[in-house]
Amino acid sequence: MKIKTLIIASMCLSTSAYAGGYRVALQGQTALGMGHAGVAMTENAEVVFFNPASMSLLNADTSSAIGLTLINSKTKYQSSISQAASETESPIGTPFYIYYTKKYNPNIALGFAMYTPYGNSVTWPRDWPGSHLVNNISLKTIYAQPTISYKVNNKISVGFGPTFVNGYVELNRNLSSTLADENGSRSNVTLRATGVTAWGYNVGMLVKPVKPLSIGINYRSRVDLKARNRTADFENLPSSMQNVYTDTTFDANLVLPAELTLGIAYNFGSRTTVALDINRSFWSAYKSLDVAFDNGLPTSRGPRNYQDANVYRLGIQHKLNNTVTLRAGTYYDQTPIQDGYQAPETPRNNSLGVTAGVGYQLNKRMAVDVSFLYLHFTEFNGRYDYVGHDDDPTTQDKSFGGDYLSTVTSIGFGFNYKY
Amino acid sequence: MIQLKNKKLKLTGLVIACALISACDRNFSNPVGEADKNYSSGTADFTTFVSVGDSLTAGYGNAALYIEGQEDSYPAILAQQFAKVGGGEFKQPLMADNLGGLLFGGNPSPDFPNRLVLNVETKTPEPIAGTPTTEVSSVLTGAFNNMGVPGAKSFHLVSNSYGDFNGLLTDPATANPYYVRFASTPTATIIGDAAAQQASFFVMWIGNNDVLSYATAGGVGVDQTGNPDPSTYGSTDITDPTAFEGVYSGLVDAMTASNPSNKGVLINIPDIKAIPYFTTVPYNALPLTQAEADALNAAYADYNTGVQGALGAGLIDQNEATLRTISFSQGQNPVVILDEDLTDITAVNAALVKMRQATANDLLVLTTRSKIGTLADPNNANSAWGVGVPLEDSDVLIPSEISAIDTARTAFNATIKAKADADDDLLFFDVEAVLDELSTTGIYYGSGSINARYATGDGFSLDGVHPTPRAYSIIANRIIKTINEGFNANIPTVNPDNYPTIFVK
Repeated sequence: MKIKTLIIASMCLSTSAYAGGYRVALQGQTALGMGHAGVAMTENAEVVFFNPASMSLLNADTSSAIGLTLINSKTKYQSSISQAASETESPIGTPFYIYYTKKYNPNIALGFAMYTPYGNSVTWPRDWPGSHLVNNISLKTIYAQPTISYKVNNKISVGFGPTFVNGYVELNRNLSSTLADENGSRSNVTLRATGVTAWGYNVGMLVKPVKPLSIGINYRSRVDLKARNRTADFENLPSSMQNVYTDTTFDANLVLPAELTLGIAYNFGSRTTVALDINRSFWSAYKSLDVAFDNGLPTSRGPRNYQDANVYRLGIQHKLNNTVTLRAGTYYDQTPIQDGYQAPETPRNNSLGVTAGVGYQLNKRMAVDVSFLYLHFTEFNGRYDYVGHDDDPTTQDKSFGGDYLSTVTSIGFGFNYKY
Repeated sequence: MIQLKNKKLKLTGLVIACALISACDRNFSNPVGEADKNYSSGTADFTTFVSVGDSLTAGYGNAALYIEGQEDSYPAILAQQFAKVGGGEFKQPLMADNLGGLLFGGNPSPDFPNRLVLNVETKTPEPIAGTPTTEVSSVLTGAFNNMGVPGAKSFHLVSNSYGDFNGLLTDPATANPYYVRFASTPTATIIGDAAAQQASFFVMWIGNNDVLSYATAGGVGVDQTGNPDPSTYGSTDITDPTAFEGVYSGLVDAMTASNPSNKGVLINIPDIKAIPYFTTVPYNALPLTQAEADALNAAYADYNTGVQGALGAGLIDQNEATLRTISFSQGQNPVVILDEDLTDITAVNAALVKMRQATANDLLVLTTRSKIGTLADPNNANSAWGVGVPLEDSDVLIPSEISAIDTARTAFNATIKAKADADDDLLFFDVEAVLDELSTTGIYYGSGSINARYATGDGFSLDGVHPTPRAYSIIANRIIKTINEGFNANIPTVNPDNYPTIFVK
């Protein structure tokens, strides 16, 4: 049944999207219905991600949740001066999560989570005007997180889980804006790194100073994916480059930045809850995308100089009756990308998300949740001013830019099960 | 029952999802391709368009003229756009191939090799392999709209021996093989052939070689300022500005007189300091270790003592003594050059030649890139060029030479601008400013950018002097903008992304 759903879903659409850099904030359907605000919510197993401290506060002995989100993300490019135009294809990708938590004793809960908080999948038409920066990129990460939560007293609980991260990155780009072999096929390189692993952690605290109010704080650490000796495959080289641009291995680091979330949830009576979160993503850790080749070629430098950015989230849920819950939310997502650093693998300006969700209680134990997201971007003109950047001081960087317009929509399906 | 409801719910959700997501396809508020197509020639008439000039007008690049370069010449790009507002056919004296080398009576010439391609392995440009097929003596027939002739100076355009094959055999040659190929008769002049077409519109970009041939030769020629007779000039001399003024004025008059209702654009002369041929090799191109520096300082100790002796004898002043004192240290060091402006002190000691270390005020030509450090005498390990043996006069432009070039060029540009300003039907196009922009900030054209860095900047071909097709397209776009503003026209520009840069072997 579920598998069939997945197949239908994959056939009808596709993809991967992000909010700010390559953060894909789709880690719970009930939270997403409420603008992805959830650090102070204490309703279901999604807390293993949003705030492990709340695991020990859940009413049920065992809570679990799984979910899958289908995203449609498209970016259009044009230059009114050069009259060039392109748009991304929408490759298939489906962020998911699995959460499980169980009471060990009245004060301690143990749990486990798998989720995909960072990802990016963009495919421009091959040899498009920005092909010397990216033809296509695919970034996938899976976090696995065993977790413990401890209820200190009736007002305070804490939680912690180490995260084991498995990453996959593939990037193809042309070597320059013109270079081709004698047949006119553009020279390009594919960088591929699979199974890159690293450790991080997720820690949180929840405070309930008065009955209707919850205050949550959560910190998910920075994770550095260090690809070492991965494969770089050069293709369609002119003859004099073949002994220089030999297929080789490369080293590169990709940072998955830390995120701090502070938020509150307030119950207005027994049916209505309002949640407010502020995320701060420490994107300033993402300085540069550098690729060091092992065949004597100079290191390729891609300055990014992202800056820390905030996301402001507001959500409301209302229990219509014992079976149906309605949710709505919005968020404002600041771009971490500064002027002059808009590289076409993630051209992003500030965006406004609007979300909605429906929860349906099938029986006492099982609920299904559906979420909808529309992320609104305005069109903007962006440039990347570090084309061809390397360590040679006589090289003068070039630019690539144009108008960008992005649209992201998603629908997510989740199941909660508890007893 | 529960299963059924669950299933229904999911399917409903999927349908909603598909509809929702597919519906969200937004477009730019001003999509490209839907721009206004109300193109107009304004007050100009592009029926017969003729371009007059030198290599830059011919579409020369990578040290050769070849078909693809000609097809991407700035006049060819202009003509292609003019065709959208009534412009007619634009005929070019196309070469026979894309190699670019010339044959003289079936024989290739070392003076006119194939176009350069970059050998990445050796990091050096080299002529592309292949036997050229362009025979100079096979004269093309017909009028040619593109009258750009590589190597031509202003006064060559009025020479009636410039297109005569026999003039290639004299010493010095009085003809130009590129013009011999398509001169209407052996005694035709370039300006005569251009004027005979009674152009309704023309561009003229001439005078570059009147200073550039002196500059690329490292200033070994003569600054002929004050000598108004070009027939007495050598091939690498600077043209007298007064002679230039007379010739240039006559050239423009010939074009305007050929069709009194025509219009045109006059283009000025760029600064050599904007060209990678003169800016790529730094004056301090010599990397040394401490040990190497120590050894060289010891080797030059006697020379430095001799300079002090000349100072003591009152032959030179303190400034010159300081300039001539040679000293090396660890790191990048100035190369040693000959400077004919220095005082002759060989009377003190014959070894005290006119040499000094280069400064930031000197410009080393591109060819020194592969000369510095190689041995002048293969049997003498101490004869490395620029180290043990000074670079020659032809390798470097010293300040007095740069100053002579600037003075003449400034005068030429004043002539060109005055000529354009004096006639409402003529527009002035400041290409000097375009190349200055290219060499300082680079030029961003809305999607990509180019700059003047040799081999990597995409702005200059591998000869270091001539633009790439992409840069030519930007020049064409800027000329179109000038015409649109000056003649109230609306001619579309081209996408520079569609034009190539350099070629790799």
